[in-house]
Amino acid sequence: MATSYGDPAIWIVIVVIGLATYGIRLSFIALFGYLDEIPPWVARLLRYVPAAVLAGLVLPAFVTIQPGAGDLAVDKLLAGALAAGVAWRTENVLATMAVGMGALWILRFLVLPHLFLLG
Amino acid sequence: MNRADFRRGVRDATPILLGILPFAIVAGIAAANAGLDLSQAVGMSVIVFAGASQLAALDLLGRDAPLSVVVVTAVVINLRMLMYSASIAPYFRSFAGRVKAGLAYFLTDQAYAVTIAGYRAEGSVDRATYYFAVGGTIWLVWQIATVAGVLLGTGVPAAWGLEFTVPLVFLALLVPTMEDGPTTLAGITGGAVAVLGAGLPLNLGLLVGASLGVAAGVVSERYLDVEASRGH
Repeated sequence: MATSYGDPAIWIVIVVIGLATYGIRLSFIALFGYLDEIPPWVARLLRYVPAAVLAGLVLPAFVTIQPGAGDLAVDKLLAGALAAGVAWRTENVLATMAVGMGALWILRFLVLPHLFLLG
Repeated sequence: MNRADFRRGVRDATPILLGILPFAIVAGIAAANAGLDLSQAVGMSVIVFAGASQLAALDLLGRDAPLSVVVVTAVVINLRMLMYSASIAPYFRSFAGRVKAGLAYFLTDQAYAVTIAGYRAEGSVDRATYYFAVGGTIWLVWQIATVAGVLLGTGVPAAWGLEFTVPLVFLALLVPTMEDGPTTLAGITGGAVAVLGAGLPLNLGLLVGASLGVAAGVVSERYLDVEASRGH
């Protein structure tokens, strides 16, 4: 889906994210000597950030629970589940993408149209 | 600049390019799908240079989420780099301030992992040169593949659903982060709450889910075993 934001807004977002990210990268490299270690309570919170954020990005793309939405997106749910199995077994980005997209296309273009024809 | 150590850095970075390439192509495709032009897509890859946060920002921009939510989400995703910065800082302590400032720009998941392994394997390596070679190689491939992704993304029919590659990349990154009981619970909680909150205004479902996921992980440490050997 294309954004409705104009060019200035997009550039501002890019620059702000870039500056904040650079600050994160530079933080301890620049401060070493003054601040040598991450405080333990911060490290403890950070440990859970990747899993919580990534899962929050992944699951809503596979599963949609929206009242009144007629489109159940079965293809995305099944392709996502299959890709999850591959990701679990291989931990490989390329294999996960290949199986996920392959399954999506087979379901969307070959399997589901036939089901609806028969039904 | 030590030429042998530069070559060593490029060589050590080469195997991981296979993982970087499709990731960057997806970032380019996602940028095109989100309505960014080539200069904005490349601008993002140069200025932000952090794939997961770029994909999340593009996804949210495409859904017209509030700009503050776009920024906060992307920055939260990149918070993990605090740990890389702290971990690699002792190796950089003897460098001049401006060298540190330059090298920090190249800090990514992959550059960090390759460099730390390289430093441990070869103690006498010219650290700045080696790290610059690793980070610079990744950077160059990232930019070129972003351009390829933008050109590809604008030419593919919408029915192919190329935007589905974005959650697939995140899925492959997610699995290794769920390494023990508490991190797995953090992921399950974050994902489930984000699904339930998908209809929330301002696209807050993701941030609420992430916050509750982190909280669930911390609280569950009291009841579940923590795998201490593989901290991120």
